[in-house]
Parts: sequence; structure tokens; C-alpha cells
Amino acid sequence: MSLELILASSIIFVLAITIPILFVLSKKLGPNSQGNKQKNLSYESGVTNPIGGSDSRFSVKFYLVAILFVLFDVEIIFMFPWAVNVRELGFFGLAEMFSFMILLIAGLIYVYRIKALKWQ
Amino acid sequence: MNEIAIIIETVIKAVVVLAVVAGMAAFATFIERKVLAYMQRRLGPMNVGPHGILQLAADGIKLFTKEDIIPQNAVKPIFKIAPVIAPATAFTAMAAIPFFPEFTVFGYTVTPIISDINVGVLFIMGVASVGMYAPLLAGMSSTNKWALLGAARTVIALLSFEVVSGLALLAPLMLIGSLSLIDINDFQNGGFSSWLVWQQPLAFLLFAIAGFAETNRTPFDLIEYEAEIVSGYATDYSGMRWGLFFIGEYANMITVAFLVSIIFLGGYNPFWIIPGAIMILIKISAFIFLFLWVRAAWPHVRPDQMMWLCWKVLMPLALVNILITGIVLI
Amino acid sequence: MDSHFEKKFKDLYKIDENGIYILEQTFLKAAIKCLKEEDNFHFLADITAIDYYKYNKPMPSRFAVVYLLRDTEFKNLIKLKVFVEEEDGDLHVESISDLFFSANWAEREVWDQYGIKFLNHPNLKRVLNHKEFDGHPLRKDYPITKGQLCTKTDDLMDEMIPRLEQKGYKSHDDLMFLNLGPAHPASHGTIRTFVALDGENIISAVSEIGYLHRGFEKSCENHTYNQIIPYTDRLNYCSAILNNTAFAHTVEGMLNVTVPERAQFIRVIIGELSRIIDHLVCLAAGLVDMGALTNYWYLYNPREAVYDLLSKLTGARLTNSYMRIGGVAHDFYDGFENDLQDCIKSIEKGMGDALSLVEHNRIFHDRTQNIGVINAQDAINKGFTGPNLRASGVAYDLRKTNPYYFYESFDFDIAVGSVGDVYDRLMVRFEEIRQSIRIIKQAMKVLPGGEIVVNDRAISFPKKEDVYNNIEGLMNQFKLVYEGVKVPKGEFYRAIEAGNGELGFFIVSDGSGTPYKLKVRPPCFPAMSALPDLLEGGMVADSVLSLGSLNIVAGELDR
Repeated sequence: MSLELILASSIIFVLAITIPILFVLSKKLGPNSQGNKQKNLSYESGVTNPIGGSDSRFSVKFYLVAILFVLFDVEIIFMFPWAVNVRELGFFGLAEMFSFMILLIAGLIYVYRIKALKWQ
Repeated sequence: MNEIAIIIETVIKAVVVLAVVAGMAAFATFIERKVLAYMQRRLGPMNVGPHGILQLAADGIKLFTKEDIIPQNAVKPIFKIAPVIAPATAFTAMAAIPFFPEFTVFGYTVTPIISDINVGVLFIMGVASVGMYAPLLAGMSSTNKWALLGAARTVIALLSFEVVSGLALLAPLMLIGSLSLIDINDFQNGGFSSWLVWQQPLAFLLFAIAGFAETNRTPFDLIEYEAEIVSGYATDYSGMRWGLFFIGEYANMITVAFLVSIIFLGGYNPFWIIPGAIMILIKISAFIFLFLWVRAAWPHVRPDQMMWLCWKVLMPLALVNILITGIVLI
Repeated sequence: MDSHFEKKFKDLYKIDENGIYILEQTFLKAAIKCLKEEDNFHFLADITAIDYYKYNKPMPSRFAVVYLLRDTEFKNLIKLKVFVEEEDGDLHVESISDLFFSANWAEREVWDQYGIKFLNHPNLKRVLNHKEFDGHPLRKDYPITKGQLCTKTDDLMDEMIPRLEQKGYKSHDDLMFLNLGPAHPASHGTIRTFVALDGENIISAVSEIGYLHRGFEKSCENHTYNQIIPYTDRLNYCSAILNNTAFAHTVEGMLNVTVPERAQFIRVIIGELSRIIDHLVCLAAGLVDMGALTNYWYLYNPREAVYDLLSKLTGARLTNSYMRIGGVAHDFYDGFENDLQDCIKSIEKGMGDALSLVEHNRIFHDRTQNIGVINAQDAINKGFTGPNLRASGVAYDLRKTNPYYFYESFDFDIAVGSVGDVYDRLMVRFEEIRQSIRIIKQAMKVLPGGEIVVNDRAISFPKKEDVYNNIEGLMNQFKLVYEGVKVPKGEFYRAIEAGNGELGFFIVSDGSGTPYKLKVRPPCFPAMSALPDLLEGGMVADSVLSLGSLNIVAGELDR
């Protein structure tokens, strides 16, 4: 089983990467203007002297969501094994997971309270 | 000997799946244009071939022969790799999807799943979320502000709805007690009334909404909605590199359609006199049609409204759904 | 007029033969302040200048600045003029931009085009021409053929930094500066909005126009009156007929002729049809900006039907050039009424379908309500007119307040909003389409017969058979084409209600067949100057909707 699994996954992974790369090779068919500086400028609505690049500091609001994701998604991963075995674990397992989820909800409420999700 | 057989079988299956899915993705674009056109009282592509059916080929040729522009300020290696990630992860995720029921060819039983992983649902969700790197890296390597904004929007949208789709799936998984998609399918083999959507309507809704968001469909298509941020992370891409994002997006759409059909809508179980294979095709077509219908009917939301919907409405609902399911089960 | 202004400045002004109050420069600001605060002239329609360098009548000085103000009832229009003397090689006038927000850009335009400086103006820089442009093109000694090559884009930081400082941003390291336009899918035309972003929130915005500036007014000074009509098509290309009408209406006012009744009714019917398509474009584009794709086709298909009708009637789809000085170009063709009925049916159907998609849609409401809000007082101060002003709750419509072409005899309502947000602006336009349909139906019922142009050989062209068959007709045609309609000397302002608001022409004639000076008051010019204030505090996604809902048309904005 496990050998089969590894084989299968690696085969499809290799194929899934190779085919797109082959697709990209088709650029040889099209024209090439790598030397054209004007054409290869980054787009900014036709303005040739924009203020600041995209490497400047970026609003923290986006990162906050990413951090929240890390917090909540890791917890959800914990819940998957429990969900599959919820019948065997019985009432005790349920109670345990509910207390865990209450912590999760408390965290969510905290996030609302500090307005981490408020953008305006 | 046995291993070689497995390898050959897997390679054949993988090639077939990739070819079929890529073809379906391409055909989905054509269908999308036609369906939207009829909903909008126009004709859609009509010139290439009868009813524009060869438009697909024309678009393909155009994409393959377009110039590959790489902006001079871009971080070149990452800029080049990023588009490959999108279809690669989308295709890899399909390894764990059972597309059809088992069938026999020349006395050889074929299971139309590349590998029956016993944690199939987790595998698909995991691989699909790796696909998030495509827009992220594309946006950050383009050195283009629109691309950066687009990447940021994409990533927060995918991240947020990842949580919702994970929570939404938990409740049905509790009922089934397995993460293998084949088991999930077999759980619903009792006919129409055994479809999970009747037991878990809320989970179905949440998962479908998350599916809309994760595949950038209206009303959550702000990720690269052109009126605002031009083309989002793909602003500076052209030719086949842009085409790869496109293929990845449509492949994801098909994956989501399969997942919804298998988990909630009875999968490939035969229905009345309709065989299972036809049944699942009908289901995914219907779901893709729903995608298009919503696109034709609704405006799209603003990023902050999407965040509000995700974290303040859908996520608490998903948690409540798990609690109720748990209490009912025990 | 018995006003505070007249009492207070009794001996300090005189009224010239054109009804313009001529003031001394020193009292100008006090006079305007008095007019605004005591006589309720709260609305500054426009500011422009006149260069008398080649005028055939001696004037106190070469340059004069003209102010057009309207009172709160919008019934009275007062025209003020100051002659600007040259002092130490410089021309300057006191700025009134602290009294009227709309004066800000209007004064910038005068500086740009005529080189008259406005003292204490917060930001006196060019607005229509490029910042590298040398000279002032509307001065009479600026040759029309002179070309200049300007290459470097203005980075706009000179405007952005003070605005940011006003908002308390000392450094701007944490902000992202983004150009929404000129080449951006959501900039309707070529309009540039430069924004400072914190995440997705717009902290500060500055707009730059002029990418489509083609010297309309300079061209007009070099063409006869009838030749200008095709130029006016290109102002607001979404409703060319209304521009034609506004121009012809002004010139007819100067000639003091009344257009035959049938021509007036034709103007009303075709004009209202143009207003409808103008609104349809705005609505379709505004809705598609928020992703409501289907509405675009539901609203554009009827527009296409109207264009078919117009091209059948006028011979052109977009640039109709249908009006003539003294009337219209052609009469309705046989079967016009049926075509019109079909058009109206398709408009009603398309609008009903589009409304049914968005009217009760939660996403639409969330996206548009309380976005880009402007209250009534600000809207007047900023020079808003038309649907944009009515959306803020001011029932100002030239068709009601200063009726022309029998508008007083039609039964129609003014659609008014309450909040002045994007939702109101869009919904007011939807309602105005309904009202325009009402007007068209009434006008078709009472459409009188008769001539379609005034029967005056000095104004209207002779019939083609006369031109080909007798010498008199030929000479008439030749004189009119070669010399143009001779318009009596004078300075004249007249406005009509165009799709976007008050579209006025200020024309100075020296008695020849070519206008000495022509200034158009495009309704979206003041609206555009207020755009940054509407955007600030919103998000990138909202900015697109605010811009779309104001219905900025680059053709008339940049001229």
C-alpha cells in the first residue's frame, strides 16, 4: 500500500510539473523582444515614473489574516483525526473536543474584539 | 514484476487524467463563454467553426505562440516558476479523486483513481493549498503594485476560506468516519435520500461558498477582477505563462466540482436507471453551471466584505455545525 | 434686480451692453463674497478669461476674467467681469477658491490657458496642458499650429505630500503609491487618479486630467459656427446630440432667433433619447465595474437600438452633428415613430431586466450604499450639476428651473436622491431614463408640423435644389460656408441640461462668422475636481465605483 502510494504520488507529481514546463517551452514559437526596455517595464497604468516600487513596506493587515490562518488551520488539522473517530471516542472525546473548540471560539472572539479583521 | 505493473498502470492513469482534465478545463472555458453569452442575450464565439466550437483551438494556438514577456525588474527565476505551480498542484490534487466507479476492460479491473489514499480529503486540501504559492510568488516577483495587491488579496482569500472549507468538511467526516473519498462515496450508496447534503445542508452550503472563493469565482472574483486591480497577480504575465494560471484555475474548478459531488451529492453511485459514471458527470456539470450562473447574475463583493463574511459569518456557523453534529451523533 | 450686492456696490460696477457686471479688480472678491453670503449665489458655474488682443473694439485692457454664478434657486445667473491690468509684467487676480471649491480647478484652467495668475490660490498649476508645456495656448498670439513635445509624466507628489500631511502622515514609508490610470481598465477614458494606499484603504488621492486635451476651444476660434458643430460631437461622445443642441442653442441666443416649433420638438425628442443613452452608458459601465457583467449587455442592447435609430436619422452613430444653427439637419423620416416606439420598448425592457438583477441584491447594496458620499451643500459648493447633484438631494434641473424648448409644458418629475452616494447616483439615472421616456411620449403626441430651420438666408442653408438651380441659392450657400453665420457682437452664456448636468457655452463674438472666443462649461469638470475627496477613506474597489458613478467623460473633461 505505502509503496504504491509513494509511487503513484511521485509519478503524478512529476507529470504535473513536466507538462506545464513543456507548455512554457512554447514561448520559442512566439516573438522575442527581451532587449526592448520600454516594452519590458513593469505596468503601472502607463505612468513611466511611478513613486515607490512594489518592494516597499506593505500593509500589516494582510499579514494579520495570514497569522490568523496559521492559528486556526493548525487547530483544524487536530480536529480531523478526532472527527474520523468520533464514534469510537464517545462522549469523553466529544467533551474534550468541545472544550478545545470553546478555546477556539474564545480566540475568535478575541480577534473580533481587537478588531484585527476590521479594515476600514 | 508487480511493481512494474503498478507503475505502468499509474502512468497510464495519470496521463489519461491529466489529458482529460486539461481538456475539460479548456472546454469549460468555451462552455463558460457560451453559457454567459446566452444569459446575456448575445452569441458568444461564433466565427471559428460551427457555433465557434473551434474557438478553443484558436485560443490555444494563440496562447502557445504569444510572446513571453518578462518585465525587466522582475525576480526572474521566481517569476518563471510561479505559473508552473498553479496547474501542477491542481493536477496533483486529482491523484486522490475517484472519478468514476470501477469498471472492467479486457478482464482487467480498473479503479479510476490514481491512488486510493486513505486520507484523500486531507491530501486534496493540502495540495490545493500549496497552489496558493502560485499567485503569491507571481505577485511578489512581478515588482508590479497591481500584482502585489492581487497576490495579497488572493492569499488572504484562499487562507480565510481554507479554514471555512476545512471546518465545513469536519461535520460530514464525523458521520462517515473515514477520510478516503471512496469510503465517502460508498457511504451514500443508499439512493437519493442517503446523499449527505440532506444530513448536512449547512456544511454543503459552507463548502460550496468556500469553493467559490477558492476558485476565484464571482462573487469572490475580486482577486483578479480587472476593473479594480487590472489582472491581479497575473498582470505582467503573457502567453502560455498566463495560460498556465488559467488552466490551474479551471482545473481547480473541476476539482471542487468533483469534491462537492462526491462528498455531498452522492458521488458516482448509480441513480434510478442512470449509471454512476453519467451521474457524476451530470453533477459536476450542474455545479460548474452554477458557477457560471452566479457569475452572470451577481456583482462581486469587496475584499473587506469577503473577510467579514468568512470570519464573522461562515466560520462561527461551521463551528456550530460541528457542535450540533457531535451532539446528535453521541 | 434688487439685491444686497447692488446696494452695497452701487457705484462700483457698471453693466455693459451684454448684461455683464463690470467690476474693479480691488472689489472683486468682496463683491463675490457679498453675492455668496448675502444674495445666496452659492453656485459658481464657471470662470473663464477673454483675451482682447485682436478684438475689433477697444477695451480697457487686454485680458478680462469672467465669473458666472447662480443663486440657490438656480433661476438667476449673474455674470461678473474684471479687466486685468498688467502689473510688473504679471497678470493677477485675487483667487476665490476659498469661497468656492469649484473655483480651484477653474482658476487653474484660466492660468493654464491664459496665463493669468490667481493670488492666494492653494495650488496654481496647469490642469489641461502638460506641465512641461511652454506658453498659454488660448492667448491670441499663440499660433494654433505650434506643436510642443512633452515627455515626462508628472509624479504628482507636489500635491500628494501636502494632502498627506493634512491627514497626519509625516512620512510616507508605510504607504503604497498607486496610479489608477491613465491606462487602466477602470479609468473611463484616460483619467489618472494617483492614490496613497494603506493596504486597500485610500488615504489620500490626487487626480490629473488632460490626457485627452486637444484644444477644442482654440480650434473653435478658427472655425465658423457651423464647422464647430462636429467638434461639439466629440465633447461628451455618449450624447453628442445634446452637445450640438447646447452649442446651437447658445448661438441662436446670440442671433436672437427662435427656432421653429417643430425643430424645437425634434431637439427635445432626440435630446431626451441622447440623455437616455448617456445614462445607459454610465449605468452599464458603473455596474460592470462592480462585476455585474450581465447588466452591461442588458443596458447596451437598447443603446444599440437607439444608435440604429440615430444613424438612420442623422447618418452617424456616435458623432451625429445633427443640429444646425437655427434648426436641425433633417426632418424625421417616414416610419420614425414606429422605430422610436421599438426603441423605447427595448429601453424599458433592458432597464427593467437590469434593475431586477440589482435592485434587491444585497451585494449591490453593500457595494454602493454610503460609498463616495457627498452632501447637498458640498455638492453645490463643488460645482456638481445634473444627476450627480440631484443624487445629493438638490432638485436642480435646468429643464425645470430655466425651461427652454417647451419643457415647462411637459409633465415630468425630477429624480432626487437623499444621501449622495454611489447608489443614489445610479438610481437617479435609472429614474431619469423613465422620466425622459415620459417626455418623449408626450412630445411625440404634440409634435407640430412646419419648418425645421429658421427661414433666414443669413443663418440657414438654402435648399439643395436652389443651390444647384439658381444663382441666389448658390451665392447664399457659398457665403454661409465661406464666411459662416454672422453673429452680432457680444458676450453670451447659455446652458442646457445635458446628460451629465449643466452644459453651457460662453461665446464672445466680434461680429464675424467665427467665434472670437468660446468656452464650454463641461459638467464633469467640477465633478472631477471633487473626486479625490470622494475617494479618500474608501477602498480601491470603491474608487472605481465612485469614478464610474460620476460619469466622467474624458472627451468633455479634457476638451
